[in-house]
Amino acid sequence: MTLGIFLQHLLNAMQWGSFYALIALGYTMVYGVLLLINFAHGDIFMVGAYIGFFIATFLLGLGAGTALALPSWVILALTILGSMILTAGVGVTIERVAYRPLRERGANRLYLVITALMIGLFLEYLNLSTLGAADRGFPELIPTQVYTVGGVSFTNIKLIVIGLSVVVMIGLEMFLRRTKIGIAMRAISYDKVAVPLMGVPVNTIIAATFVIGSSLAALAGIMYGSAYHVLSFDMGILIGWKAFIAAVVGGIGEIRGAMVGGFLLGFIEIFVVALGQVPGFEWLSSTYRDLVSFTILLVILTIRPTGIFGVARRQKI
Amino acid sequence: MLLEVKDLRVNYGNIEALHGISFSVDEGEIVTLIGANGAGKSTTLMTISRQIPHVAELGGKVIGGSIIYQGEDLLQYEPHQVVSKFGISQVPEGRRIFGNLSVLENLMLATYARKDKAQVRKDLKRVFEIFPRLEERKHQRGETLSGGEQQMLAVGRALMTRGRLMLLDEPSMGLAPVLVRDIFETLKEINAQGTTILLVEQNANMALKLAHRGYVLETGNIVLEGTAAELAANPEVKKAYLGG
Repeated sequence: MTLGIFLQHLLNAMQWGSFYALIALGYTMVYGVLLLINFAHGDIFMVGAYIGFFIATFLLGLGAGTALALPSWVILALTILGSMILTAGVGVTIERVAYRPLRERGANRLYLVITALMIGLFLEYLNLSTLGAADRGFPELIPTQVYTVGGVSFTNIKLIVIGLSVVVMIGLEMFLRRTKIGIAMRAISYDKVAVPLMGVPVNTIIAATFVIGSSLAALAGIMYGSAYHVLSFDMGILIGWKAFIAAVVGGIGEIRGAMVGGFLLGFIEIFVVALGQVPGFEWLSSTYRDLVSFTILLVILTIRPTGIFGVARRQKI
Repeated sequence: MLLEVKDLRVNYGNIEALHGISFSVDEGEIVTLIGANGAGKSTTLMTISRQIPHVAELGGKVIGGSIIYQGEDLLQYEPHQVVSKFGISQVPEGRRIFGNLSVLENLMLATYARKDKAQVRKDLKRVFEIFPRLEERKHQRGETLSGGEQQMLAVGRALMTRGRLMLLDEPSMGLAPVLVRDIFETLKEINAQGTTILLVEQNANMALKLAHRGYVLETGNIVLEGTAAELAANPEVKKAYLGG
């Protein structure tokens, strides 16, 4: 493997890692505040991609071919923003309608998890029945350009995906450190009983968590659509599962864990396939990808059951 | 009267924990509720703070009575409003420090609902004057503090909400006697500076030394009340709670 090829794989790995990490953040944040594994989250990613698709298609149609047509960067920005806002609305609505009533009645967490699974199926089949089984082609919002630098070729989309993800993750980290809402989110993940004693409205913080988690999934959905152009009603299932596993491997409930877990999974997947191209490893065909990567993750979990950043909680009395 | 609890009844599932208790706290007072483990002391405070029934994990339910504070029934409000609208803070049992947050973040979280930034800064200064140890450790995670320091932080947090009434649940628990004396000394100062205190304690000896008035709670009923001196002199109280 030459350095050029290695760098090329590295960029691919970072792109996939970005998708996983952005989705994993939603899993881990909701788990942090509610101890709920929100299995509908992968489908929120799908919802975000579809909402982005409709906004983009609508905006591209506006004054198409005339002087009134919007510049492509405006369409991209509006698509991302609009989808993030609307998807956040979907996430909060799910919380409000499906999870909160159960929580307030003190339902066992198992019922919440089952409800989350059902919400996921509901979203998938709502999509399938209203939009049909045919895949949608996500429009090209900005023309793809291929750059080649020293034998490494990459697209502008890839750079945007990676760059935007890194910026968003740094922003999230700052939000959680610097703002009262962010500090309250971290506090709830440690001790729910004491949080209201600080004058913090817990339901508002939970809603804010769903806003952030869902909008990050929407961002991932649009970036995925821009990179691969194919949307389907079940696009969120496998990627959602993988992101969930990434969050667990990183340490569920830990923000850094979701980021590291997401990128780690991206790296493992890409490099398992890359290794198959190296002489002597030809037997490692790309069909081995998921088998090998999940074996590695299982080994990590066996060594560290709480995940890379997870710690067993203890309290001094 | 600042706080008046009337005929309050709370249950956990089928078990009634409070069988209609009534007591009151006047502005500026230190009132103590003493009683053994399981008497319903923590339940009382958690009900005033509205954690019962709003924190579902606790499993409690209010089935009767009222909690009148400044003329309004707290039972109409959500837990965060008890703090932000009425200024009732609580130092919970076991302190419940946020171990994953720094000392400073713990203190600042308690100002969540406050908009008066200048006063927040002054209050932070005051907390650090009362507990210099917290200032030394302000960037440390809460879980790295000793038990005594955690208790200081729990009281500091309650001060940062700028409440008029502070509820304390067993601040002496698990602390060495010398630390307990320090904490109680601090509570006296806090009270002298204008904060009304409702103190729940198993350590009746210390509580009655600090308080103006007290109530004795036994398995969900108030069985005795009086000034702290009266209670301390009462033969039954002496026998049951003061070790002779």
